[in-house]
Parts: sequence; structure tokens; C-alpha cells
Amino acid sequence: MMEAKQCQGCQQMRDPRYEQLDELIKSYQDKKGALVPLLHEAQEIFGYLPEEVQRRVADGLGIPLSEVYGVATFYSLFSLKPRGKHKIGVCLGTACYVRGAGAILAELEKQLGIRVNDTTADGKFTLEITRCIGACGLSPVMTVDEDVFGRLTPEKIKEILARY
Amino acid sequence: MIKLTIDGVTVAVPEGTDVLAAAKAAGIRIPTLCYMEKYNEIGACRLCLVEVKGMRGLLAACTLQASDGMEVYTNTPAVREARRTNLELLLSDHPQDCLICVRNGQCELQSLAEEMGIRRQRFEGEKSAYPLDHSTLSIMRDPNKCVLCRRCVAVCKQVQGVGVLGAVERGFDTIVAPEGGCLLHDVACVLCGQCVMVCPTGALAEVDNTEEVFAALNDKSKHVIVQTAPAVRVAIGEEFGYPPGTIVTGKMVSALRRLGFQAVFDTDFAADLTIWEEANELLERLNNGGTLPMITSCSPGWIKFIEHYYPDLIEHLSTCKSPQQMLGALAKTYYAEKIGVSPEDIFLVSVMPCTAKKFERARPEMVGESGLPDVDIVLTTRELARMIKVAGIDLPQLPDSDFDSPLGLSTGAGVIFGATGGVMEAALRTAYEWVSGEALTNVELEAVRGLSGVKEAEVKLPGTDITLRVAVAHGLANARQLLDKIRTGKADYHFIEIMACPGGCISGGGQPRPADVNEFNALREQRIKGVYRADRDLPLRKSHENPAVKELYDTYLGEIGGERAHHLLHTNYTVRGKYLRTIRQH
Ligand code: SF4
Ligand code: SF4
Repeated sequence: MMEAKQCQGCQQMRDPRYEQLDELIKSYQDKKGALVPLLHEAQEIFGYLPEEVQRRVADGLGIPLSEVYGVATFYSLFSLKPRGKHKIGVCLGTACYVRGAGAILAELEKQLGIRVNDTTADGKFTLEITRCIGACGLSPVMTVDEDVFGRLTPEKIKEILARY
Repeated sequence: MIKLTIDGVTVAVPEGTDVLAAAKAAGIRIPTLCYMEKYNEIGACRLCLVEVKGMRGLLAACTLQASDGMEVYTNTPAVREARRTNLELLLSDHPQDCLICVRNGQCELQSLAEEMGIRRQRFEGEKSAYPLDHSTLSIMRDPNKCVLCRRCVAVCKQVQGVGVLGAVERGFDTIVAPEGGCLLHDVACVLCGQCVMVCPTGALAEVDNTEEVFAALNDKSKHVIVQTAPAVRVAIGEEFGYPPGTIVTGKMVSALRRLGFQAVFDTDFAADLTIWEEANELLERLNNGGTLPMITSCSPGWIKFIEHYYPDLIEHLSTCKSPQQMLGALAKTYYAEKIGVSPEDIFLVSVMPCTAKKFERARPEMVGESGLPDVDIVLTTRELARMIKVAGIDLPQLPDSDFDSPLGLSTGAGVIFGATGGVMEAALRTAYEWVSGEALTNVELEAVRGLSGVKEAEVKLPGTDITLRVAVAHGLANARQLLDKIRTGKADYHFIEIMACPGGCISGGGQPRPADVNEFNALREQRIKGVYRADRDLPLRKSHENPAVKELYDTYLGEIGGERAHHLLHTNYTVRGKYLRTIRQH
């Protein structure tokens, strides 16, 4: 156990992202209300909030891990799981829904081999559901990062994914 | 001072007082569920709603500052209706199994439902269904019974400086759980049970071992014996209607005999014995340049705390086992030989004010040479009270009786182990006389008594040039202050006493709960008074004058701190660290 832990430590020391995190934590140390913005910036560095990051934040701010974890699970903005390189959002708003968004989602799950809120094993895609994005005229729609795809049919999915 | 009226009663309070406290001062009761003065004033339960003239809507009295000329109403139809609705909503997501709940008859949710006259269930809501957490030997969690008051979170973090509990997720999915949504076993919880003491419902409780004890008592092949800790005798009476602090030692011993224990021993005897070993250890460290300050090791929650959070300071701990473990080690050697019973046939039950003792008992370090654990089962004071009731024994009607020998005789110094400062005082009564050779006339060391968080004293040992500097902390957040001082080299003490629970063992996590969490300190003080009264009532008040301990050394152990004593009465510790496992990933 101890050895395994130490090895993990060495790797983390070599990971420059942790140096960046430690700097970041330092800059927040004496500030009030630091936790949420700090976690936000930490998530920008790592893409999500791995446990080790939460621990360092807790130790750095001198607060219990339970508090960090509570905040990390309270706000949907934070993720405790690694996120893919590209974020796919399927709109399940009313307009999209009645025009077959369910079938689009099912096709995405099939093609990617994952369920909603998961990330593909190669770390490429994370699949999420979004609220109405205001593109009802194009429904059903999905987004990949900043790109919007409308008037979808299940047949178009494969080709869209291939672009990334 | 400002003046306001509450239900027409005028009351003057200092500026900054909240309406809840002002109402209390006016003799008006406002119901609360989450509120804990100073620690948890979060307005979460919405049961303390009041109406204020000129203000819109209903406001939570616990977070509302009283102001001059304010007119508050606590008993309008709107207030009553809103409070009831909020309580009914809580009940709609609460298992309705009150009759078979560990808190039946002692539950704050139950009494509030009665107080507000709830007689129907208007809301049939979705019910949460969480698995029970039986992962530790000490504390059981039933998240289904949690009303999200967050009192446990506040106590764990602010009073105990541990902070492993927190709210997780949000909305209907919110639960109060160990960090990362783990089981309690998987986080660095010290099992002190202070969270259990303040939980209003059956969401947190001691692990119940009463069935195992009843089974052992029924097993005729076993010699079943029991020991009771100092703090039990000043608190168990509360479960039978006595005022807090009443000393019911004699009746408790009789009740234990009625239950069928073949010998009833006193952990106070082992407390005296602890002083012989610990005072000796202190003097050795002073003379031979050992690690100082030395810190006491009687409180298993404290031990677990240092192992998790200050493992670098473990060398400061006295190597003495706690009194419960010392008595256990002797029961299965010295006593077994004396009565000619094989140690395997002895079953020793401890009655302790403490949930962490259940964990201590099972530590691998606490197994004797014969491969048997020193202690077989630990019951909390609450569990013993339940057993006495289940057995139909009417404790108040019992005559007094005495502990058995040879592990039953004790001095006043042994009794005061039950209160914060007691171990220190007992040790100093002995160290003083051993070193100086002079009789100590005033044995009462007021400076280390009472409820202030960190206490310090200096004791000059006559005939030497030593002035002992000592400190006492209770409640682990207070302990942190002293430990941080040691870490930074700023602690020039020789000897420190730390007890995990605020007030010491008298309000340990296994004791009868306070009827009102906001009057907990008053209860602590009454129990502490009981402890010092018991000390004064005893003919002997210094551990080194205990003739039964002297006989033990003369006939069995040999030298103080000698080889046999080391073998049976001392222990070592385990470095645990703060983070135990990977938290659950969502
Ligand atoms: S037992 Fe003590 S340390 Fe553990 S959760 Fe409860 S208060 Fe915190
Ligand atoms: S476990 Fe008990 S004390 Fe903790 S939040 Fe739930 S009801 Fe309150």
C-alpha cells in the first residue's frame, strides 16, 4: 500500500499540472470564498476534479475533504470523472424530443459504446444531455463542443463523429 | 440592550441576539430541529418560523437578528400551519418504523410531531432508500432516517476538528455522509460518537452488542465478568429518572449481578494502575531525556485521531494501554490464575461511556499472549441501560453493593479519570509524592478542572528543582491547538492530557444523550460534579495508596515498568494517515 502510494506521488510530482495546481492553491490561500473559483480553475487544468486534486485543495485551504467533495457534487459545473476531448450535447428540449431526439441519443450511445454522462475509453468523447439551446427551428439538434448540428437523423451520426 | 416584544411579552436583550434566543429569554419556546447554538445556526429545518410585524413572509427565528421595537409572533395560524407543513414534509421522507427504532421514545423528530399535534400523513412522497452503513465496530448510520439537520457535520468539524462528514449531492438526492459518499470505515473518522450524541433521530447510533452479551450470559461454559468505567456511574442513573450527576455505583453493581455477571470489576482499579505505570513513565522520560511532552493514552478516539492526523507525534504518546485494556489483560492472566479458570473460558464485557472503545477492544495490539483479546465485548452506557430494562430490573429499587476483588478496589484518583483533567490530576497526585517524598495535603488541582478548552498549570515538585508544566485539552479541535504547538516546537510542557470528547468521558459518545443539545454543557457540568463528589467520598484519593494495586505488583507484576508490566500493560501505535482510500467516482 505505502509503496503504491509513493509511486503515485512521484508521478504526480513529475506531472507539471500538479505544480500549476499548487501555485494556484497558493494564490487562493488567504482569500475568502476561495473554494468554488479555485475548483473551477483546477478543473480547467485537469478537465475534471480527480481525487488527488480535491485532497490538495482541501489541505491547501485547510478545510476538510468532506467540504470540498460536498461542493464538487453540489454544482453540476464540476465533474468528478475525466471528460472527453470533445463534449457532445444532445438536446432533449420539447421540440427536439418530439422530433426524434430519443433516437439520436440511442444511436450516439450505440456508436460510442457509452451511456449518458460517460466518456469513451479513448478519452475522445463525453456524452451529455443539454437543455434547449434555442435552435428549435433545426430540431432535433446536437452540439459537439461549439459546433451545432441540426435536422438530424440517426443515419447522419456516424459521419458527424468521423469529423472529430 | 435592545427591546422587543414576542407574543406581547417585552424582553430586553443585548444587540446581536437572534430572535430564537430572545424568545427563550422571554420564556417562549420556539421548536427547532437543526439549531445548535454557536455551531449550527443555519436555518435549514424551517421549524422555528415566526411572523414579524412589518416584514413579509415567515422568517427563521434562529437566523433572524432581534432589533429594537420588533414585534414578533410565534403562535399565529400562519406560523403553526407552516411549521406543521415543514415537519410533515420531513416525515413524508422518513421511515415510519418508530416502534422498532433505537431512538423510540428519545427521538426529537418524534417529540416534535407530538408537540405539533401531527395526527395524519398528508404527503405521500418519494422515499429515499439508502443502504445502512454497518462498516465500523462503533457507529451505525441509517441515512434513511437523516433529516439533513447537519448537526453531526458541525460537531465533527468544529468540536472535533475532524470534518469527515458533509452534505453530498443536492436536491432530493442530498445526503449527509462521510466524505466522498464513502462508508464511515473508509474515512479517517475517530469513532468518538460525538455526532451520535447530537443526532436528533436514529440516523446515527451506536452499534448494538447487547444480544452477544445476553448470549454469553446464557452460556454456562463461560465465566462471564464485567468492568465498568468511571464515567458510567454518574450518568446511567439518567436513564432511570435520576438527575444528571447522581452517583448510582452501588445500584449499578447490583444490577450487573442480577443480569448474571459472575464478577463485577471496576475499571477505576485499572485507572489507579495506569497511574503507577504512567507516572513512572513520565519520571523516566524526565530523567533519561525521553520524548517530551508525554501525552496520555487512555482515550481511544484520541489515539485514532493522532494516528490519522498527527502520526509524526506518536512518540509523544505514553505507551500505557488504557485502563479498560489493562484490566482486560489482567482478567485473563492474574485473575484467571487466581481463581483457577482457563483464560479461554473467561468472557469479559466492558461497560464504557465510549463508542471508540468498541474499536480499541478489537485492535490487533490488544491481543494477549494466549492469542485472546483482552476484552471480549464493549457495551456503551446506553446499551447497558437497555439491557437492564429488557431484563425487567428496576434499578432504583435495588440495594447498593460493592465491586468484587481483586480488580474492584479503587481510589478517588481512579474515579476522576472520567472528567477532563482527571488523568492529569491523578498522575500529579502520585508524581508529586513519589518525587518529593512529601505528603500532598491539598489533592485538588483546580487549574486543570472544568470546561475551558485548553487548561495549563505549573506544579513545583518540592525537594527538587523541577517545575512540571502541564496542559489539558478535551474535544479534538482543542487538542489540535496543543498538537500544532508541539509540531512547531512551541510547546514547552512536560505532560499533556488529551481526551477526545468535550468534557472528557462523562460526555463520551456512549453516554445517555442530552435531552436538549443546547443545554449540553450544563449536563456536562452536573456529571463532572458527580465525578468529583465520588472522589471526595472515597477514603483513599491517591492511586499509589491503592492496596490492591500494591498487592498486584508484589505478588504478580514485580517492578513498576518492569518486564511483566510492559508485556501486559503497554502497547504501541499504528500510523494511519488521513486519506484511506479512493473516493467513489460519480
Ligand atoms: S464519530 Fe467523531 S470523528 Fe467520526 S464522524 Fe462522528 S464526530 Fe466525526
Ligand atoms: S445524521 Fe443525524 S445529525 Fe447528521 S444530518 Fe442527519 S439527522 Fe442530522
